[in-house]
Amino acid sequence: MLENLTEIFTSPHYRDTLPFIIRGLQLTLIVTFVGVFFGFILGSIFGLARLSKSKIIYAIATVYIELVRGTPILVQALFLYFAVSDFFGINFDALTAGIIAIAINAGAYIAEIVRGGVESIDKGQMEAGRSIGLSSTQTMRYIVWPQAFKRMIPPLGNQFIISLKDTSIFAVISLGEVTYLMRQYVSTTGDPFIPYIMLCFAYLIITIPAMVLLRRIERRLDV
Amino acid sequence: MIKVTDLHKSFGDNEVLKGIDAEVQEKEVVCVIGPSGSGKSTFLRCLNLLEEITAGDVVIDGESLMDPKININKLRSQVGMVFQHFNLFPHMTVLKNVTLGPLKVKDTSPEEAEKLSLDLLEKVGLSDKAHVYPGSLSGGQKQRVAIARALAMSPKVMLFDEPTSALDPELVGDVLGAMKDLANEGMTMVVVTHEMGFAREMGDRVLFMDEGVIMEEGPPENIFDNPQHPRTQEFLSKIL
Repeated sequence: MLENLTEIFTSPHYRDTLPFIIRGLQLTLIVTFVGVFFGFILGSIFGLARLSKSKIIYAIATVYIELVRGTPILVQALFLYFAVSDFFGINFDALTAGIIAIAINAGAYIAEIVRGGVESIDKGQMEAGRSIGLSSTQTMRYIVWPQAFKRMIPPLGNQFIISLKDTSIFAVISLGEVTYLMRQYVSTTGDPFIPYIMLCFAYLIITIPAMVLLRRIERRLDV
Repeated sequence: MIKVTDLHKSFGDNEVLKGIDAEVQEKEVVCVIGPSGSGKSTFLRCLNLLEEITAGDVVIDGESLMDPKININKLRSQVGMVFQHFNLFPHMTVLKNVTLGPLKVKDTSPEEAEKLSLDLLEKVGLSDKAHVYPGSLSGGQKQRVAIARALAMSPKVMLFDEPTSALDPELVGDVLGAMKDLANEGMTMVVVTHEMGFAREMGDRVLFMDEGVIMEEGPPENIFDNPQHPRTQEFLSKIL
């Protein structure tokens, strides 16, 4: 115990894990940014589909959203990386699989954010746009969407943070993001305590500033 | 200009309009009055197809709204509408609110659209507000911007859906003033209103609606001073 305590102050792991954190975080951020970017595109399409008057389009969007939200992202990643590639004979690397998994997963949650955002805009806005002769697509594009998007920013920011943390499960598909690298580090050195503390810090150094920034944006949007 | 024949409108099982026949001549100002729930707003919203028509027909300037080939966006650009709650676009400046229609629907050049819009804002007395956002305007100012926005499309008809009902009493006058100017210029107008003073002064004809039909219609003198139908008498006795 006493030995462990002194280790806190003298451990070489603070310094030795740094290169792994820097390298791993890069991949973590790439997967998150690219994944959430495509997730936003998917989410916008399916979110608007959920508002469609066409029952078929609505049903397709609902099935996608509920399937994804009803299964764990770990299972989705395993399914994509092992099952899909085996069954269809497509071989994608861990990075592609990770990005696709984040995109599909975040897309389903973002679809609900988009739907909620658009629904929160007063119906009178659509009517006013239509009444001056704009088509429904034009009204959506120039009038409803810009207002809805503003309201989507806080929940989108939250989803970004959630997705960032979700990338840690890609360690199971050997994607060399920060959690994976740190697990390797621990299994090589046999010392888990300090390296895993450093891993926590690696995430916090991104998520805490992101949350602070979000709260600031939220406050500004409130006014 | 507008000819309405046996217009029916139902929301599910609830029939709101039960057969309306009406006609509006060019340059005529027609005021629609009646108790709330009588269907007068729904009637107005059918005239630019904000509500789908269940049965019957509406012909505007020779074009039937029931014609499946009708270009609904073109029609709406010729029928201006002013709403009770203004429905200005809060993320755009006053000027952008007014120029949007000409720019996107009529392909007017930006310079021309801006000039037109500034003229219209001047006309409703708000040229100094062109570059502010609607959020900083009073209700009366918002409604005058909404009128300018509708006018920017050079409509043949203007529909007003209780344009002063959401305003503080002291702001009603500004909006009614802008509407009077418009009427005096010869704009064809259909006005759903609770402003009996306006209906009496500016209306060429008044329609009294109740229970989804037009119970009585005629020149304002007749309707207000000598109502024939007991429902009209009852309604007027309650509000005057």
